[in-house]
Amino acid sequence: MRRRGGRQRHAADVALLLVAGAFLLPLAWLVSASVDARADLRASPPREPTLENYRAVLTEEITFTPMANSLLLCGGATLVTVCCAALAAYPLSRYRSRLTRPYLLTILFATSLPITAIMVPVYGLFVRVELVDTLWGTALFLATAQLPIAVWLMKSFMDGVPRSLEEAAWTDGASPAQSLVRVVLPLMAPGVLVVTVFSFVAMWGNFFVPFMLLLTPENMPASVSVFTFFGNTGSVLYGQLAAFSMLYSTPAVLLYVLVSRRIGTGFTLGGAVKG
Amino acid sequence: MSAPTTTVRLDKRSAPRGGGGARRRTAVARWLPLGPATALLLLFLAGPIVYCVVIAFTDTQLSGQESASFVGLENFRRAFADEGFRNAVWLTLVFTVLSSILGQNVLGLGLAVLMRRASRPVRSLTGAVVVTAWVVPEVVAGFLLYAFFREEGTLNAITAFLGLPGQNWLFTLPILAVSFANVWRGTAFSMLVYSAALSEVPDELRESAQLDGAGPVRRLWFVTLPLIRRAIGTNLLLNTLQTLSVFGLIWAMTRGGPGNRSQTLPLYMYEQAFRNSLIGYGTAVALVLLLVGGLFAAVYLRLLREEV
Repeated sequence: MRRRGGRQRHAADVALLLVAGAFLLPLAWLVSASVDARADLRASPPREPTLENYRAVLTEEITFTPMANSLLLCGGATLVTVCCAALAAYPLSRYRSRLTRPYLLTILFATSLPITAIMVPVYGLFVRVELVDTLWGTALFLATAQLPIAVWLMKSFMDGVPRSLEEAAWTDGASPAQSLVRVVLPLMAPGVLVVTVFSFVAMWGNFFVPFMLLLTPENMPASVSVFTFFGNTGSVLYGQLAAFSMLYSTPAVLLYVLVSRRIGTGFTLGGAVKG
Repeated sequence: MSAPTTTVRLDKRSAPRGGGGARRRTAVARWLPLGPATALLLLFLAGPIVYCVVIAFTDTQLSGQESASFVGLENFRRAFADEGFRNAVWLTLVFTVLSSILGQNVLGLGLAVLMRRASRPVRSLTGAVVVTAWVVPEVVAGFLLYAFFREEGTLNAITAFLGLPGQNWLFTLPILAVSFANVWRGTAFSMLVYSAALSEVPDELRESAQLDGAGPVRRLWFVTLPLIRRAIGTNLLLNTLQTLSVFGLIWAMTRGGPGNRSQTLPLYMYEQAFRNSLIGYGTAVALVLLLVGGLFAAVYLRLLREEV
């Protein structure tokens, strides 16, 4: 029995390593091309190791402005999402009304709607109300697109905070607003962190929304500006593209690591991430 | 998996509702915090959906002609008669079935099953690599797979090493290449869903099936899969919904080309609405996509409601 278990384990290990290898190849290209002076499209150890690619892309125009735009856009939108979601989750979690259930079901339905499909009318709407090509307008839309899942998650986390703790605050004369800010939110701080990081990472990687709603190059976040590496000249500087992609991906990966540590199994988020 | 499987439950601990003016005022105050979120959702989500339904029936163009007129079902009639639209529907179907239903779902399940048997370091390593592919931003994933599938890219280097003929994958089989890209990017989700679901299957069931002489395949098919069917349903729906709206990944790899051979519905919609300036027509296509998505979302909702 034990020997058979061992053989099975070896077979599973080999199969998993093969899959991991296949998944790793494209990532390996990214890392090695970014430090290769003669980078092409093939994954291989750097032929001429260099940091020149990073030096070349670390300029105002190529990296700093788009990254700052991304930060402004996603940071602002995350702030709006998290605040609105925390506020909305409170009555949904604490009070009862016959509208609670339909509201929650609508929210849940909205989490799975394909946002891509409404971008054409959103563009039309933004042109009408002259929000097109404004960072704050785009941020508001990004915030809204993220809101259903954020409300849903926030409410789930809030349900986990026992009411008795809050009631203690009430007897001390705290208003619902005070008990939300002073008692409930601190108690669910890990949950708030998860919603915040999750929203930010989703927006950071979003390409289609800023691609549609922003027009001038100076406004573009990193997800859109990265396409300028494919200029009109036909020759693409793959090393620099890889270096920029590394810089642009790093915050998302780091934040994910930060959160996945916090939530233990790494997977309380589930459908969240797809929404 | 708390989000999708959390059941919709009402808070039964709250105080009963009452009548009277003062109470009504407190009721309003209580629900006031819902305001900002609701306003945003109505303005930027419900608004565009209504607007989508309205302009899908007009001949609105990007040039902003003075008055768009109501054309009824003309846009839809035109779409279903259009070669390009039917091509896009077909490719979307192929893309969804290949990458989401077959690729991500089956590979995710396979990885989750294998991970339960593998040794710890291999398990962590594979998990980390697959999840990294998922966390990397969409367009970066697109570039990575573009490099992988290009004629002078990694895949052909491997086939050459194995003595197999190479080819220009992005030209000969673009839809297959973007489907693989979506598998690469999205499998982590299924893997995590199934890992969570499998960890809840009691070991005794599998062991007793083993004692009864069932082999690993039969155990998986007759014992494990029926027990995790809810996770399978949820996962399939969410994968499909996500795959239906993939834009950036395909845009970064092929822009829908060569020709329109990898132009799924979102890319077709974009081309019609912006390249050809036919907002009305593009919106009609968007509405079709939205309806399909809405249908899947409704099924998903049903699935979750049954768990109450």
